Amino acid sequence: MAAVDHDIAHAHDDHHPTGLMRWIGATNHKDIGTMYLWFSFIMFLTGGVMALTIRAELFQPGIQIVNPELFNQLTTMHGLVMVFGAIMPAFVGFANWQIPMMIGAPDMAFARMNNWSFWLLVPAALLLISSFFVPGGAPAGGWTIYPPLSVQMGMGMDMAIFALHIMGAASIMGSINIITTVLNMRAPGMTLMKMPLFVWTWLITAYLLVLAMPVLAGAITMLLTDRNFGTNFFNAAGGGDPVMFQHIFWFFGHPEVYIMILPAFGIVSEIIPTFARKPLFGYSSMVYATASIAILSCIVWAHHMFTAGMPAAGQLFFMYATMLIAVPTGVKVFNWTATMWRGSMTFETPMLFAIGFIFLFTIGGFSGVICAIVPIDIQVQDTYYVIAHFHYVLVSGALFALFGGTYYWLPKWTGHMYDETLGKWHFWLSMFFFNLAFFVQHFLGLAGMPRRVPDYALQFADFNMISSIGAFGFGLTQLLFLYVVLKCIRGGEKAPASPWEGAKTLEWTLPSPAPYHSFETPPVVK
Amino acid sequence: MSQEVGHYYVPPPSIWPITGSIALLFMGFGAAFSVNKLPLGYGLLAIGFAILIYMMFGWFGTVARESESGKYNKQVDGSFRWGMSWFIFSEVMFFGAFFGALFYMRIFTLPDLAGLDSKILWPDFTGEWPSAGPGITEKFMAMGPWGLPAINTLILLTSGVTVTWAHWALKLNKRGQLKLGLFLTFALGFIFVGLQAYEYGHAYDDLNLKMTTGAYGATFYMLTGFHGFHVTLGSIMLLVIWFRVLAGHFTPENHFGFEGVAWYWHFVDVVWLGLFIFVYWLI
Repeated sequence: MAAVDHDIAHAHDDHHPTGLMRWIGATNHKDIGTMYLWFSFIMFLTGGVMALTIRAELFQPGIQIVNPELFNQLTTMHGLVMVFGAIMPAFVGFANWQIPMMIGAPDMAFARMNNWSFWLLVPAALLLISSFFVPGGAPAGGWTIYPPLSVQMGMGMDMAIFALHIMGAASIMGSINIITTVLNMRAPGMTLMKMPLFVWTWLITAYLLVLAMPVLAGAITMLLTDRNFGTNFFNAAGGGDPVMFQHIFWFFGHPEVYIMILPAFGIVSEIIPTFARKPLFGYSSMVYATASIAILSCIVWAHHMFTAGMPAAGQLFFMYATMLIAVPTGVKVFNWTATMWRGSMTFETPMLFAIGFIFLFTIGGFSGVICAIVPIDIQVQDTYYVIAHFHYVLVSGALFALFGGTYYWLPKWTGHMYDETLGKWHFWLSMFFFNLAFFVQHFLGLAGMPRRVPDYALQFADFNMISSIGAFGFGLTQLLFLYVVLKCIRGGEKAPASPWEGAKTLEWTLPSPAPYHSFETPPVVK
Repeated sequence: MSQEVGHYYVPPPSIWPITGSIALLFMGFGAAFSVNKLPLGYGLLAIGFAILIYMMFGWFGTVARESESGKYNKQVDGSFRWGMSWFIFSEVMFFGAFFGALFYMRIFTLPDLAGLDSKILWPDFTGEWPSAGPGITEKFMAMGPWGLPAINTLILLTSGVTVTWAHWALKLNKRGQLKLGLFLTFALGFIFVGLQAYEYGHAYDDLNLKMTTGAYGATFYMLTGFHGFHVTLGSIMLLVIWFRVLAGHFTPENHFGFEGVAWYWHFVDVVWLGLFIFVYWLI
């Protein structure tokens, strides 16, 4: 029986639907993963153009390119587009491609719902982006859409609210799909504690998404009714409280931060052992650390609100709880380093990005601990120090891991090797320009430059100019990334089933490119 | 994980998800336009809603047909169970946000607004629940628990019993009892929604209690409104299951469609108990 099944599976390996229907009706996890990745890259460029417009305006003091209203719209939309359009869908794209192959499943558990999770992003993105073109323009109160500003804004805010609702629904469906796939679709012998760490981190991320996204939906629903139906949730005259929005928003928002970084941890945990040619050091402690971070992430939200007014006991609790997160995170950094210790290391592009991740993410982690300290946070709140902190975590953290993961799995996805030389150029240019753009922002913040303002005092001019040069360099470097990926898709050296000799996970047992239908008969994991 | 005989069913390409996305494209723009009173709004919303209904018929119909033709093995059944459980968990978190808002306002905001810091602005405000806040002086009355809400509690609890009675019947293959039990369940559900609508009329006409009635009005209508919406959805789901039972669907061994809806029904039941205690009773 098993042998027969195997033959049938192979006969259908490359049989796939053709034409438009293959994409709009897709039920194949690899096709849907591809669409997620391209969608997120387009949104990455969209948000990137917004970022570069911001940096162009900040190149010199004074108002040169955009007026303050548009500037505020750009900072807000840059945040929303990058968080909900670029980083999150990119990780879901990785999950779609990799999780079924890594656990030996034929596809995602709910193939049609998987399609809907992706295709909901398109109307949501249209709704969000077209808010630029309505009277009053796009939302301009910051990506955190705090009332009372967000209650007062024009209809662009309503469009953003509905866009977030749709993206939230898409995220919840995607997460339920991932959790179900991981819990119910593993190959025989693939016990939970044998799962690759990328799968583990996504399981926990998906749990956080199901926990956090409905809370965001609640918060923006209250915003919507405050705006349009006369409720008083965030209006003190009616017994409401604008600070309550901050609490509800950050109850979503802080887990959201970990939603964007835990899968990155997973990718790095796959890359490091491969290129160190050693098993991951402390596998089970990595799993427990990920779970601890997820649990802690739900009880630290108010560290975003230290200046909003809070009893000292509250400040102390949230400060200590936040600093506690450094412990499991430290476990992870230690384990990655220990994995490399005395390994037979080589430094291909994925490894470069992974090591770059460890260095720069750790800087972002440390500045996070600094921000967690209440008296310091009260000084740096809403300054460029915070901007520097979360860009170290999100760009050189989440995004670098995405780049590393892309290079790591491109041979499996396309069947070709990428151009190693250009890949290395991409890494080093990204590394250089990223630090040029963001390292100086620490100093700008400590010197008191506020965020979300289009103009600044003269003493900040030099560092802002440096930062803008770095930002443009970083942005242009990503076109090189696009070129490398396109080149790899179109051709290049033929990739063997496992181009990396240290790679041990299941997807490398499949030919490259991975067949359209993989593991229709589950492999047996020993 | 033990693998069942036969492959896990992976469906071929389907038009239903993209249909749903087009529906939400219309509904998203339609909703944003209509809350801003733009001319196209309601039209777009209606078109989107119609497409959504069409999508649901098509998609759920496909799933029901696939299920009845035996395409789903035990592992697929397991996926549905996990999926429904996590969906209900997400719903719990959604209601959690509104319960959280209610508790936050009662425990922190109102005492703060009645405290020393706000005395200059609102010297006479005491912050006692039910409150419309210091700035809204229009008189209103709160909705007490021991009239319709108590009857509604009884109705929902009874419907929880009838749906379980129907489930027993399904497992023992007593189709008559199954049909009756399901009928009673969704009938009770619709009666509940009708009584809620009546209660809203009473609140508006006699108690002067509106959405705009500050903290109390906002939390009252938001919590009971979203719950009522969920009961309506649940009743429609039960109705669909009833039609499927009439069409001869489900066997004593294989009936997750029924069980999923029953789980959902118990969930809205439990949310109601929370509402009854914290919205109606403890005022």
